[in-house]
Amino acid sequence: MNDHTLPFAITLDPGSSKQNHTGSWRSERPVYVDRLPPCNHQCPAGENIQGWLYHAESGDYAEAWRALMRDNPMPAVMGRVCYHTCETACNRGKLDEAVSIHSVERFLGDYAVEHGLTPPVDAPPSGKRVLVIGAGPSGLSAAYHLTRLGHAVTIREAGPMAGGMMRFGIPKYRLPREVLDAEIARILAMGVTLELNTKVEDIEAAFAEGFDAVFTAVGAHLAKRTEIPAHAAGRILDAVTLLQQVEMGEAPQLGRRVIVYGGGNTAMDVARTVRRMGADEAMIVYRRSRKEMPAHEFEAAEAEEEGVLIHWLRTIKGIEGADFTVEKMVVDADGRPQPTGETEVLEADTLVLALGQDVDTTFLTRVEGVQIAKDGVVSVDAHMMTGRPGLFAGGDMVPAERTVTVAIGHGKKAARNIDAWLRGGVADPAPKQELAAFENLNTWYYDDAPRSVQAQLSLIRRQSSFDEVVEGLTEETAQYEARRCMSCGNCFECDNCFGVCPDNAVIKLGPGNRFKIDYDYCKGCGICVAECPCGAIRMEPEVD
Amino acid sequence: MTDDTPQKVRFYQTGTHTVGNRLMDEAARTVQASPDRSNAITSGHRACQGCGEALGARYALDAAMRASGGRMVAVNATGCLEVFTTPSPESSWQIAWLHSVFGNAPAVATGVAAAMRMRGKTDVRVVAQGGDGGTTDIGFGCLSGMFERNDDVLYICYDNEAYMNTGVQRSSATPPAARTATTQAIGPHPGNIFGTGKNMPRIAMAHNIPYVATASVADLHDLEAKVTRAMSIGGARYIHIFVPCPLGWGSASHDTVKLARLAVESGLFPLFEAEHGEVTAVKKIRHQVPVEDYLRPQGRFRHLFREGHEDRPTIEAIQRMADANIRRYGLVEEDAA
Repeated sequence: MNDHTLPFAITLDPGSSKQNHTGSWRSERPVYVDRLPPCNHQCPAGENIQGWLYHAESGDYAEAWRALMRDNPMPAVMGRVCYHTCETACNRGKLDEAVSIHSVERFLGDYAVEHGLTPPVDAPPSGKRVLVIGAGPSGLSAAYHLTRLGHAVTIREAGPMAGGMMRFGIPKYRLPREVLDAEIARILAMGVTLELNTKVEDIEAAFAEGFDAVFTAVGAHLAKRTEIPAHAAGRILDAVTLLQQVEMGEAPQLGRRVIVYGGGNTAMDVARTVRRMGADEAMIVYRRSRKEMPAHEFEAAEAEEEGVLIHWLRTIKGIEGADFTVEKMVVDADGRPQPTGETEVLEADTLVLALGQDVDTTFLTRVEGVQIAKDGVVSVDAHMMTGRPGLFAGGDMVPAERTVTVAIGHGKKAARNIDAWLRGGVADPAPKQELAAFENLNTWYYDDAPRSVQAQLSLIRRQSSFDEVVEGLTEETAQYEARRCMSCGNCFECDNCFGVCPDNAVIKLGPGNRFKIDYDYCKGCGICVAECPCGAIRMEPEVD
Repeated sequence: MTDDTPQKVRFYQTGTHTVGNRLMDEAARTVQASPDRSNAITSGHRACQGCGEALGARYALDAAMRASGGRMVAVNATGCLEVFTTPSPESSWQIAWLHSVFGNAPAVATGVAAAMRMRGKTDVRVVAQGGDGGTTDIGFGCLSGMFERNDDVLYICYDNEAYMNTGVQRSSATPPAARTATTQAIGPHPGNIFGTGKNMPRIAMAHNIPYVATASVADLHDLEAKVTRAMSIGGARYIHIFVPCPLGWGSASHDTVKLARLAVESGLFPLFEAEHGEVTAVKKIRHQVPVEDYLRPQGRFRHLFREGHEDRPTIEAIQRMADANIRRYGLVEEDAA
């Protein structure tokens, strides 16, 4: 007790209520969490999308790009060709429209190329050598990640140029080659050795040569065929060969009318390419309906805009010169096409088969331990390794969806597993956090903000040139779009918890350092949890 | 009203609606976003979990402290706010603060203002505050006199719609149909009756004082802008702040801000400003909701939602009150209506 004299009738010194630890009232406590945003969860390349958008929001595009590059070495390519399933998963889609993640990614990719940004190599040299077979997206991604992890990488590519299906499968109007070349050059500049026109026939010889591990990602290039009775048929080509020839500047004469057979993205790409090469009539014949087609809706829609005519529910029964007899089909309850017996005749000069591709696995058949599955793809374990220790595989040649994004994700996953294997361990990825569901958000705090639309090239130019169809965002629209991100499950320091606590029991730790709860005074009311816009706080029961 | 004050740029991630925003200038963030805020009421106070009044009082007084540069005296009517902050010998107040009795806070504040004037401390501002009981019932006469004399005091009412500290008895601010200890949910018309009570902001407006505003703990930017505006002018001013009470309303402690928001978004609690008796600005409803969304989570309205016996006529009567507010103040954008 102080020794000064208290006023009349007062027996206790005044004190602060802070001596009253109201935290003892609590039965539940708020805890800060980082939940997994649905976009990140969905991304086949394992990008931390919310993480890189966070930097783009403040205009730090270089940092945003570096965050992106931790997972994906080709953002400018990816922002153009990825089918962005992240946007289907985006929680903002439940509020107004999904964030246009791909267009911001493309902006960052182009920004980095324009400003000559380069990725850092994080690890000291390991002294290990890795051979990558195939310079497609998977091989390039693996080479990039292995280099960042300190290993010396050589890529051997059977073809005359690097890029794989990004170059020989995706037409220029979707992916301009200077963009592709710039991102490949950046990977090579990190010290990756690229040997072109070098087909690897003997895996064991490569090991004997001194490579400590081998990653094979040769893709799927063998065009599938079908039996069509043909008498004196005109020209028949396959889609992969045609796209390759176009890329090499060796395009064949196709005539005025071209039929493309198939309903996948490749069929759409070929029809749109053929249109640009001057064919008056580019037709697609597909045995099922629009609902069942494997192509993405936007690809079919863009093809139709450009004048491609799609004949749904038709199979080709026979070819007589320029006359193609097609049979009408109906789709049964299981989604399978069934013949009707009704036929009609279409006229065309050239037929292009776009029926899918198989993997050429002949170079692996002699390797002991490697398992080739029934459908011609190579079996790998959870660590992307084949039955031959040290031989890893990824991309289109292993069982998975065949997209550039999946391939790039395989490259990263393989690189991490190869790195662990070379260091005598097993890659042990951190366990996934719980998903940031829409129900975790308090969306009242987000303003209504419609999605930015990417401008498109005029239809006339789309039908006659290989100029890029979809245009990029300006800096202003890219930042606007980034700021539409709701930061699902991850604190973005909006100060709501700090503000709404009736007990001043949230401590602000300053920019970049987020907040902490003062459990001496937190009564556990849960307002901070309810009013956190992004669902980055959770109530947990008090245990003792 | 607040459209010209808080910020010019729209921030699409957080809108204008979160407490702070790293993408915004420090100056454009709320007072509550600042680690240097006064924290007029500090930790350790004995308010219930999720107390809306503790929150509303800190929001308002911290904004007033910033606006006055810390040169401010607060006078308090008896009520929850006093009981939970100041059980002798403890105090949660970190500002110059003066106790008064239940009914005379406006008169005491008038006296403080006069004393400051006499001593030449013209820069010291006076704020008086009380709950709805101390304001609309017990202190009503003193408050009306303070308005009528246009004394240089900002009076803030924290309205939680009943006498909570003494055991949830009805006040003249209790809404129709609400159950309180003195308006039980029994008989043919359970809960508080329709057609009585006082609309204190409109009574204040009828005094033609320089400034009257309503605010909510669910819209901090708006609340701070109104307190700041009130502090910038002289004479008698009145701000009526809506503060949900989990104890008295039978609501979850984490729903305090949400209920305040639903009261605004349903139209039951209109946000507006008035100067010299005329409404000068209203805050439009962003996402209109039926009153049912607001009523259903509250225990004091539970009797309206008995399984199989929903009291539709009463719910519709409350909806008509909200609709009347929406019409009277123009709370819904024309093209959105």
